[in-house]
Formats: sequence, C-alpha cells, structure tokens
Amino acid sequence: MTTLDAKIPKGTLEDKWVNYRSKMNLVAPNNKRRIEIIVVGTGLAGASAAATLGELGYKVKAFTFHDSPRRAHSIAAQGGINAAKNYQNDGDSIYRLFYDTIKGGDYRSREANVHRLAEASVSIIDQAVAQGVPFAREYGGLLANRSFGGVQVSRTFYARGQTGQQLLLGAYSSLSRQISTGSVTMYNRHEMVDLVKVDGKARGIIARNLLTGELERHAAHCVVLATGGYGNVFYLSTNAMGSNVTAAWKSVKRGALMANPCFTQIHPTCIPVSGDYQSKLTLMSESLRNDGRVWVPKKKEDSIAIREGKKTALDIKEEDRDYYLERRYPAFGNLVPRDVASRAAKVECDKGHGVSPTGLAVFLDFSSAIERYGKAEAYSMGISDSISAAKITELGKKVVEAKYGNLFQMYDKITGEDPYVFPMKIYPAVHYTMGGVWVDYNLETNVPGLFVLGEANFSDHGANRLGASALMQGLADGYFVIPYTIGQFLSNEIRTPSITTDSEAFAEAESSTRDKIKRLIDIKGNQSVESFHRRLGKIMWEYCGMSRNADGLKKGRSMIRALREEFYKDVFVPGTAEEFNPELEKAIRVADFLELGEVMMLDALNRNESCGGHFREEYATAEGEALRRDEEYAYVAAWEWDETEPILHKEDLTFENVELKTRSYK
Amino acid sequence: MQLKLKVWRQKNAKTNGEFQTYSVTASEHMSFLEMLDVLNEELISKKEDPIAFEHDCREGICGTCNLVIDGRPHGPMQGTTTCQLHMRSFKDGDTIVIEPWRAEAFPIIKDLVVDRSAFDRIIQSGGYISVNTGQAMDGNAIPVEKDLAIKAFDAATCIGCGACVAACPNGSAMLFTAAKVSHLGLLPQGKVEHTKRTRSMVDQMDKEGFGNCSNVGACEVECPKEISIENIARMNRSYVAAVFGSDE
Repeated sequence: MTTLDAKIPKGTLEDKWVNYRSKMNLVAPNNKRRIEIIVVGTGLAGASAAATLGELGYKVKAFTFHDSPRRAHSIAAQGGINAAKNYQNDGDSIYRLFYDTIKGGDYRSREANVHRLAEASVSIIDQAVAQGVPFAREYGGLLANRSFGGVQVSRTFYARGQTGQQLLLGAYSSLSRQISTGSVTMYNRHEMVDLVKVDGKARGIIARNLLTGELERHAAHCVVLATGGYGNVFYLSTNAMGSNVTAAWKSVKRGALMANPCFTQIHPTCIPVSGDYQSKLTLMSESLRNDGRVWVPKKKEDSIAIREGKKTALDIKEEDRDYYLERRYPAFGNLVPRDVASRAAKVECDKGHGVSPTGLAVFLDFSSAIERYGKAEAYSMGISDSISAAKITELGKKVVEAKYGNLFQMYDKITGEDPYVFPMKIYPAVHYTMGGVWVDYNLETNVPGLFVLGEANFSDHGANRLGASALMQGLADGYFVIPYTIGQFLSNEIRTPSITTDSEAFAEAESSTRDKIKRLIDIKGNQSVESFHRRLGKIMWEYCGMSRNADGLKKGRSMIRALREEFYKDVFVPGTAEEFNPELEKAIRVADFLELGEVMMLDALNRNESCGGHFREEYATAEGEALRRDEEYAYVAAWEWDETEPILHKEDLTFENVELKTRSYK
Repeated sequence: MQLKLKVWRQKNAKTNGEFQTYSVTASEHMSFLEMLDVLNEELISKKEDPIAFEHDCREGICGTCNLVIDGRPHGPMQGTTTCQLHMRSFKDGDTIVIEPWRAEAFPIIKDLVVDRSAFDRIIQSGGYISVNTGQAMDGNAIPVEKDLAIKAFDAATCIGCGACVAACPNGSAMLFTAAKVSHLGLLPQGKVEHTKRTRSMVDQMDKEGFGNCSNVGACEVECPKEISIENIARMNRSYVAAVFGSDE
C-alpha cells in the first residue's frame, strides 16, 4: 500500500486555484501546434475539453464509440446544472455551493477540488449562454432557476427537462467548430480498447474501428479520458445501453487506480421495473421533487389493495397517506439528497407499503402542486372568487405541464398511465457513479500523462452526488480545469518529438488486444453476452446495491468470480472480429464489468462505515441513518488491479475548512 | 402476443438486402426494442446472426434509434422515437414490417444500421456560435425575451435522428438544417453569424446529396420532437436574404 499525493496547492481555500492558475507552467503557441492530445469520449467533459484544447492550438484527436459526438449519454440529463450565481438573491455563494457539495457527498470528497468546481460553475453558465444554449427565462428575459435536492437555495439553471441535451449540443457545436477548422480530428465509431504506455507515460491508445473491426494505433503526447461512469455494471440502470467502463478499466489494468468504486448513486425517482425482459430503467428528474410529494399508504391493507388493482391512489384519503419524507425530514422534506430519499423508499417498501404489483414502488404525487398553482393562476387572473375546483385543476395542470411537460409525457408513454390524474409510481435505480479513476488536483492519474475528467474520475462528489452537479462537473473539468492543468505535464514535453506508433509498446498493446478479442470469439459457448450481463447485474444489485453487509459482499465477490470463469468457458459471440459486430462490442465491455464488479464488492467490504450512497447495514444509527466513521475511513480507497487480490492504496482526506458533522436534513 | 416480423437484412453496403420473416412472442408492456432484444436472444441461441439495429439511451433523447416501422419512421405513434414505442400499440397476430432509414445521404452499414455522419458535417459547416471558452460575458448580460427563448428551444430539441429525411420522398434534410438555423438565429447571441451560417449550412446540405424541399410536410408529421415546418420557412427567408442581399 502506498499513500497517494493529491498535489493540492498551498494557500487558503479561496486562493488556491486562482494563485495556482497564475503560476502554472505554460506551453507557448508555437509548441502547442506540435503537441498532440488524445481525448477519449465526447460527452460534456470530453467534447468541452476537446473543443477548448483545440481552441488553444493543440492538435487534438477525439474518439467516440457513438456514430456522432451528439449521442453521448450526457444528453439524457434532465433536470439542470448548478451554479453559484446568486441571481435569486437567496443567499447563495461559491462557498455555499462548495459547502453543500461537501456535505451532500458525506465528507468523502476533496475540499480543494470541490471549491474549484464551485468557482468554475459561474463561468459555465456564461459560456453556455454565449454558445446559444436556450436556458429557461423569466418574463424579464433573465435566466430562471429552480431548486434541487440537498440545498435550500435556487441555483439550478435548466432547459425544460432537457438540460443535458442542450448543454451537450452546446459543447458539440463548439467541438464541431474545431473539427471544421482542422484543430480537432474526430474519430466516430471508434472504441478505445487499450492504453499504451511508453517509458511509463501515457502515449496513446489502441482503438477498435467498430465498422471494420480493425485495431488502430493512435499516438499522442498525452491521453485524456472522459468516458463516463460504470453504472451499467448493474445491467439495469438509467445509463444508456452503450455506456461502459472499458476505456477506464483498460487504463486501470495498465496501472491507473480505481478510486471508491463502491460509491454508486441510486436515484430515488425512476420508473419501476416491470418485467424480466427489461433492458433499462428510466429516470424521472429530481426537479419533480420541487413540486411532487412522495407518499405511501399508512395502512398495509391499502397498499395490498393497490397492488392487486382493487384500489388506486385516488381512493386513499388524505389522513391515510404517509408523506414519509416530510415526516422524517421536516427541514428538507421531499428535497432531501438522493441517497437519503432512496433509502427511505426502500425502508417503506421493505415494511410492506409498496404500491406496484412487485411491491417495489412509492407514489410521487402532484395533486397538491396542481391545486396550489391553479389557485395562484386564478388569483392572478382575478377570478379566484367564483372558480370551480375543476377549473383550478385545469389551470394548475397547465402550469405543471409548462414546467415538466416532457417528463410527464415520457412517463405516460412508458407506463400507459396519465400522471396528471394518477400519482406517478417510482422506485430507486442505479443512476450515477461517484467512484472512478483516481486523479490528483491536476486531474492526472498516477500514470503520468493520463488525465481523467467528468463522471469517469472520482474526485468531486464524495459518497453522494447532489442533483444538477454532474453537468456542472463535466463542463468545469472540460472547459475550465484541464485546459490549464494539462500544461503542467505538457510544458515538460515541448522537446518530445511526435510520438511514433512503431514502438514495442504499441505492438505489444495491439497484439495483446487482438489475443483477448480472439479468445472471446473462440469460446463459442452456449450463452449470450446479454445473459451474463443480466446475471452480473442481479448479483451487484442484490449484494452491492442500496444496502450492503459483510457476508453478502463476500458472497457476491465469490459469485462474480465464478460467473467470470463461466463467461470465459461458455459465452457465445456470433460473427467475426473483422466486421461490424455489436455483440462482440458488448462482450468486450461485459468482460471488463466482470472484473470491475469484483473490485466494487471488495471496496464496499473494506469500507466499514456507512456514508452517502454506501450503506452498510452494520453501521447505522438507532434511527436508521448512515453512521460514518471519520477516524478510520476519511480516506479515498484507490485500488490497483490484480487478478488474484487487488491492492489498496490510500489518499487521506484532510478537512481544513469544514467541520465533519453528521449530516442532518431533519 | 404473437407477432410476425418482416425485417430488412443486408450484410453490408455492397451487397443487396432482402426481407426475412421471423415469429416472436412479446408482452404488451415491452418496448419495441425490447421485443427485438428478445428476438435477437433467440437468434443467438440458435447461433444465427442477430439483427443489427442502433439504439442507446432508450428514453427518446439521444437520437440513435431509427427504424421505419410499417412504412413510418419511428412507427405509428406521434411524437415518439422508436425506443419509446411500446408493444401495447400493436395487436396479437400483427405482421410488422421493419426497415432502415432509406435515403441517398444515409448509406446502409448493416441490416437496419445506417451512416448519418452527413448530419455532423452539416453542423460542422456552421451550426455553432463562434465563441471560444472564456470569452463569454455574464449570462444575464443578454436578456432574451421569454417567447423567443421558447421558440429557439423548440427548434433546439432536435435529436438528429434523421426521421425527417427518412419521411421525405425527396430525402431532404431541410427540417434538420432549419431547426439548427432557427435555434441559433432566433437568439441574440446567434444573430451575428446568422447569414453566413444559413448559407454554408444549406450549401453543405446540398453537397451531402440530400434532396430538395417540395413542401410535402411529412418531416413535421414524423419528427419525434414535433419540430415545426415553420422553421423551414424561416430558413428559406434567411437564405433568400443571404443570397440576394450578399455583398459579393
């Protein structure tokens, strides 16, 4: 075990980034023109990084496995993006955003990184507006805000329920502009399948051309990964079907470290699972908790009647409803952080109050909001004295539709039930991964020249991410952090000539990748890739999901090892390696998930405390809340891969500015 | 429910394709793509080549999925992508015909997968506002009238799926291009480059081999994001102004 150095600059929290930035090493324009950078992944973090590095004059090569950079899963982010603008005059500030994020993350993130994130948040909004991102506006033409979980100010900027789409299209347009000028070369339908290290430094990648199956060598002075999270290790998640850990995991197998992999976020408001054929889960934005109230019937017999279809939510009288979040957490009510809301839903369903046929769902009800908005509209129209209840509902529905229309429509399409009439049924689902590749303050891994941005790294969200902070982090890393910090590495490389792909290191990486692919094709077993992925997901959810315990984690780990062995004996991959072969793509990704899953179990087992999304049943307060153990576990657990026994490295977290407290949202 | 599927199978761009018929058992709660997953699992279990089709987010926003179902891009439901279509829209015993997008500018890669990179090149030709990172002024320094912001947003919801092209008898990409021209041109930030942008995007669109617009309107009907044909009129006005108002 080694202790890792995060290279956090000295100075006060407020001055660290500003001072560091002004004293950083620079690369002169004439040298930038010769220096090549590979960016893998073109979601918010990757597209913004590639575009900005291109603008600065570097020679950038960007890679995505999608057919276009515009398809990255950032596009599906719904609710919004946080920024400490304080446009609402409600007491927000950079410090408050910093504090909320540290507290929301249950004190398992790095102070310096989080403060820098809060500082950058302000510029992100300006940049996005300048690119033409059509944020929601007030009648005066100024930007509108709403609230998200775990905070008491309104700092979330949004574009209906499609904020991720609009921000990604903004970054994509900047990237497209750089592609048109030739400063970025774009490789669509290329998947990174290995990292190439030359003399210990990251100098390139092996990419598989997904159309031809050809393995290509690509060299550069350094490599930037922005390849997203690994939520699909659970098979069912809100991630897109293609989201995967392969680029990050191949880097781990080349010496990078996987940090806090057990910190996964279970989002409280998703459409519940309906059958075995289900391929993915759909999120209902957290913004809905601004206006929706979460409840279950107080009496179990009512829940049973609803499950059996004998009653609906509308038959349950107000006094028979348990608005359990408002009851347990009066200060934050329905807007508690995601980990708290998810666990509370599980508690109610485990007690037998669930409301879907599977018993795994709670209600998210908009009737109070519809009535409240309807009355307000009637008042502003001057008709509040003479209006009927039906008219109030009609007016209220219109307001709700304007705010959340596309989400309600999405719910209706998937479930076939009208959420304006019946409350939505929701249940927690895997959504985001706070863990990721270990990086220092420069976003550089322990492999020199390898940088990791966005959800793919671990650094900013601790054990739980607050809503509307993923978009913020992806764009902060890409637009405002990496363009500076990459210079710390590259300023020492100005004498390094263009990297050749003829070296032994490239040949070795290519041939070992070829062998691995051949091995998968040659197994010719009897079970599909999909069936292994589903089984892995079930193990992960059962033993490493919303609550975990030591026995389960040990069992889960051995089950994964057994499954991995079976996979290499009996998987069937149709077709050949030298063609467009989506099944082979899946097989390569699932093989990596089968290793990552084991490290997640190990990490969860190692962390004998409960914090954020990591809830160990052995460590709970008398009221069932998470019990942190700061003395022993205020560290980042960074794992080095080893087939037999992964090795733990630690980075101690020191808190100089915030006092470690038990999180309370009561 | 029992269904018969007639699916377009084509090994690659160089070979000819043909319809093949499959039977599949589905549940009405499944999404259309989950029904295809079930069929593919069956094919794999028989060691046959699964049907290649594209999909990713499966929640109607990434724009990857693209099937022509019974002759209609994204199937029978209005304002819906293929992935959001559920089997409850079909009946037991139905025969469903599944084809790829068919347009000259979208060559077939395999089965139901086509190459839509022409759309990327249209955006690269001018679908952006030229602002480098760090150059922006405060977000609230540019007030945007709420109704205008909404109009721009409505155009900006385009997911780049290509249904408009697939629906058009001319294989025209006018709705796609016009949506981007409108989105940026309506906003004060985008006005500066509006004329230049319109010209170069239209030129690129023509270069890619998309057909011309003859006001059929099928694009608007089939657009899963219900983007209005009004945007085409707006782009035409601006294109005419760009050509005849040019200093060149």
